[in-house]
Amino acid sequence: MAILLAFAAGVVLASYAGFREFLPGLIEGAWVTVQITVLGAMLAVVAALIAALAKMYGPWPLRWLAIAYIEIFRGTSALVQLFWLFFVLPHFGIVLEPLTVAVLGLGLNVGAYGAEVVRGAIQAVPRGQWEASTALNMSRASALSRIILPQALVAMIPPWGNLFVELLKATALVSLITLGDLAFRAQQMNQTTLRTVDIFSIVLVIYLCLALVLSQSMRALERWAARGIARGRVA
Amino acid sequence: MTDNAPMVRFDGVRKTYGPLTVLDELCLDIARNEKVAMIGPSGSGKTTVLRMLMTLERIDGGVIYVEGEPLTHMERNGKLVPADQRHLRRVRAKIGMVFQQFNLFPHMSAMRNCMEAPIRVLGLSRKDAEARAAELLEMVGLGDKKDHYPSQLSGGQQQRVAIARALAMRPKVMLFDEVTSALDPELVGEVLNVIRKLGTEHNLTMLMVTHQMGFAKEFADRVCFFYKGRIAEEGPPQQIFVQPREERTRQFLRAVLEAG
Amino acid sequence: MLWDWNYTFEILPELARAALVTIEATLIGFILAATLGLALAILRMAKNPAISISATVFVEFIRSTPLLIQIFFLFFVFPHFGITLSGFTAGVLALGVHYGAYCSEVYRAGFENIPRSQWEAALALNLGIVDTFRSIIIPQAIPPVIPALGNYLIALFKETPLLSAIAVLELMQTAKILGSESFRYTEPITLVGLFFLVMSLVSAALVRLVETWLGRVGRRV
Repeated sequence: MAILLAFAAGVVLASYAGFREFLPGLIEGAWVTVQITVLGAMLAVVAALIAALAKMYGPWPLRWLAIAYIEIFRGTSALVQLFWLFFVLPHFGIVLEPLTVAVLGLGLNVGAYGAEVVRGAIQAVPRGQWEASTALNMSRASALSRIILPQALVAMIPPWGNLFVELLKATALVSLITLGDLAFRAQQMNQTTLRTVDIFSIVLVIYLCLALVLSQSMRALERWAARGIARGRVA
Repeated sequence: MTDNAPMVRFDGVRKTYGPLTVLDELCLDIARNEKVAMIGPSGSGKTTVLRMLMTLERIDGGVIYVEGEPLTHMERNGKLVPADQRHLRRVRAKIGMVFQQFNLFPHMSAMRNCMEAPIRVLGLSRKDAEARAAELLEMVGLGDKKDHYPSQLSGGQQQRVAIARALAMRPKVMLFDEVTSALDPELVGEVLNVIRKLGTEHNLTMLMVTHQMGFAKEFADRVCFFYKGRIAEEGPPQQIFVQPREERTRQFLRAVLEAG
Repeated sequence: MLWDWNYTFEILPELARAALVTIEATLIGFILAATLGLALAILRMAKNPAISISATVFVEFIRSTPLLIQIFFLFFVFPHFGITLSGFTAGVLALGVHYGAYCSEVYRAGFENIPRSQWEAALALNLGIVDTFRSIIIPQAIPPVIPALGNYLIALFKETPLLSAIAVLELMQTAKILGSESFRYTEPITLVGLFFLVMSLVSAALVRLVETWLGRVGRRV
């Protein structure tokens, strides 16, 4: 329903604002945005899982590493992290492509927030599940991987959905490290044609549509993952 | 280990929660294949007995023995030291438990609930685990529901799956922690029937905490009445229910009867 | 070399000046956000669907689109209407609007937590809508949401580096300029990062303190 509204708005704006002129370049930029979002999201999930498990169950050196990672990436903003990776790493001999910097910076950033989501979801699994696993003499690792995590994964889909939308919005920052995403193209076109309102209106609508597609997909994913598992209390 | 050695022995077992003593130097012997019912007011420590035997709670004093072997401790150089993971898991394998809240794995079908631990822990092949699970689900009367998920089953059915799941690990001792307390009254019977069947058809030592006095009277070999962390009175059902010796036992039974 | 301490001490004064700009932008931006957010939240509760729906759509739109784009939009749009905003003004405005949308969600949750009975009691006493809000609803709704607002203050603070995109001389922009002049980016950018990290950890602790203090006070009611 909301998607239809957004698309309608988009079409109206686009037809008013001189569709053909801007759209091809913006779509190209949007494609880069989508790529960064998807790759960044994958890195974020992996980083979050590792960090959360390390923080909850790891030996103390790993635990401190995880805590440091989480605090640093949450305590500084994505742009600071992107700039650090882009400007400072070369001094240490590591020169990364802008795309790599983008995926790395944003993925690790969102991953740090995601670690809390993972932790919360694991802790929300009812204690009875741990106890049943113990009663069946399962090892802790077995219980975690076969019983607890599968249930936690379902519970964490909605908050991850929110984080992914934040990731999508944060991709605009990569335009500041010269990566040709949607925001970059928009700025470029704005500086050459000065048709600010038209360009940025379309761009905002495109981001809105991308965000809606993302959140609807996450909701569908949640429905699929929760099939069979009834939510709420036992009879 | 002779056949006369108790299956389970609690030797001076103590459990405290901060300033509160829940189990107070408990001494209890349970013989092989004995069916013991534990009754008493809430907070009297009877659930704690089960949970400590299942290693869900730490022991604060004393030793628990299973088939002559210490459970939470192990022998090292002739002394008892706290058990390591390996020892714990080896001895724990003899014990199974059914919970008040069933605790079935919601993301697995009934069948898979019963197969998971035998595959992961006992190393059974998928085929063997499946056969065993099917047989047990059949025995508890849920053969036709084996592919159902817990959310699709009634409370009584879920509890029966939980019993089958525990049995799939072939324990020697089965613990039942108020397994009918969370059920609607009309579903209690089907679960008690399964327990009764277990008692007569299988060689199992059974320890149950229950408020089902009628069932305990008819099924148990021995009844222990718990009060404030100790066994205030124990004996055959005939004694406890019909001619209790202790005043506290009488008071408790009166209160239970009045509650209907 | 890995880290030049001399250079570090050289650039500290300039970074300190820039820090002031950052803090200024944060505070003004947040005051704007907190006020605008409250206004938006109240508008969303309006009886007139035209008002309430417009407000909701506006909030959703702002929350679902990148802050950077909104900053660009405000900075480049106003000249078309003859008004030239400084980078600072446009940036702070954008921060205020963007976080105003987030704050409106926070206020909304606060309002929804007020039981219906309070509204009914106000009605029974014949209190007008303005007085109801002023004396009954807002005093009860605001204290519980202060920690959430605090978290958004911290978030806003951490996003001030975005203003470097429109050349505002806050910390990030200053660091980049210093870096490009001396070809040493390590010290400036790392120092900026450390500044944000420390500030963010300290303020997070402060917010938690406020939360506990409020928790103790709120119970009395």
